[in-house]
Amino acid sequence: MLENADLPESLREIAEDFASMPKPERLQLLLEFSKGLPALPERLQDHPELLEPVPECQSPIFLLTEVDDDGTVHLHFSAPPEAPTTRGFAGILHEGLDGAPAETVLAVPADLALRLSLSEAVSPLRLNGMSGMLARIQRQVSEKSAALAG
Amino acid sequence: MTAPTDQHPKFAQYAHPERLVSTQWVAEHAGDEDVVVVESDEDVLLYETGHVPGAVKIDWHTELNDPVTRDYVDGEGFARLMSAKGISRDTTVVVYGDKSNWWAAYALWVFELFGHEDVRLMDGGRAQWLAEGRETVTEAPAPAATEYPVVERDDASIRAFLPEVRDSIGRLPLIDVRSPDEYTGRRTHMPDYPEEGAMRGGHIPTAHSVPWARAAAEDGTFKEAEELRGIYQEELGLEPGQDVIAYCRIGERSSHTWFVLKYLLGFGSVRNYDGSWTEWGNAVRVPIARGEEPGEAVAA
Repeated sequence: MLENADLPESLREIAEDFASMPKPERLQLLLEFSKGLPALPERLQDHPELLEPVPECQSPIFLLTEVDDDGTVHLHFSAPPEAPTTRGFAGILHEGLDGAPAETVLAVPADLALRLSLSEAVSPLRLNGMSGMLARIQRQVSEKSAALAG
Repeated sequence: MTAPTDQHPKFAQYAHPERLVSTQWVAEHAGDEDVVVVESDEDVLLYETGHVPGAVKIDWHTELNDPVTRDYVDGEGFARLMSAKGISRDTTVVVYGDKSNWWAAYALWVFELFGHEDVRLMDGGRAQWLAEGRETVTEAPAPAATEYPVVERDDASIRAFLPEVRDSIGRLPLIDVRSPDEYTGRRTHMPDYPEEGAMRGGHIPTAHSVPWARAAAEDGTFKEAEELRGIYQEELGLEPGQDVIAYCRIGERSSHTWFVLKYLLGFGSVRNYDGSWTEWGNAVRVPIARGEEPGEAVAA
């Protein structure tokens, strides 16, 4: 069976990229995701109250999901540049899930963070932060999808 | 040949000025043959975003911890690590990092478990270096491997374990360096660190509450010697001849306080209880005090 077959294709590709490179380069790739994380759209920059904090991360990060009428999910993150690891986790989730249908986001397994071959390079404790982000994204998407259906 | 002591007038007031260097000293000596600068951060990627030119990185989670047991690497592991970082037994090591040097102080403390003789902190850490607009680079050095001896870790002199801490209640001063809410028991974890929590909240009976940050100025540098004496000696009544044990949540913030007591104030015997609240607050049948008062020693 294909490894990580239960991941959406975009996340599976990211997982394969990490797995295929030696440990020090994995950190470099995580840094690329950190740099690639888009800034908050202007309409959200003045409304920090709309974003949910993620206390599982050791550095401050806030996130917001939006679900379109057709069920498309948009992800927004806010994290400072002095927290590159946290930004990197957010960058992976953004690259992997932004623009995906709600059901795809909701089906992402909770242990995603442990499947990215980052445990040795980053440490399992730090990866908890990514799991915390994913759990909050899924809860928000679930609530917002239910509201749309209702 | 040991690198020169920083003659900064602020440091001259401390008990061991040779343990601290300024950013300026590092700018002047980072390239010296007998000096290795080490960055040690909470965030595992900060070093990669740019660091002091020539500095190597040592990560607490992935390099200083044993990957299986909750413990530090052994003598062989430490020797391998030092060799890979280009550090010899007589190298002057200067450590700096994020978060007001928490992790840098922690790394320094681990170096001392192995008796590395000359290891210093850069006052103000990473934030100070950046605030002064000093140069950073992203290229990591590729140091030539050194022959570092296998030295057995000495846990006895600067590390405390739960049974010793328990026996110390009512006999030795204990210092709890966590936030006030963690000390009183209102919180079982540090704000923003729920994964490092505990089953029970409060503090070790008789422990004084002195949050680590009281030793730091606003810019993250250490406070002047006189201010530090005011906090630990006048306010708490500690004396440099006493044995003292400091703890926090996992031992990193208390390493900061350990450094202050041992090297800035010259306390002869200071131990860091690295099990800290993540051990004590999860242990069965250890005494716990709640609220703002240190609490009484109860007869065992």
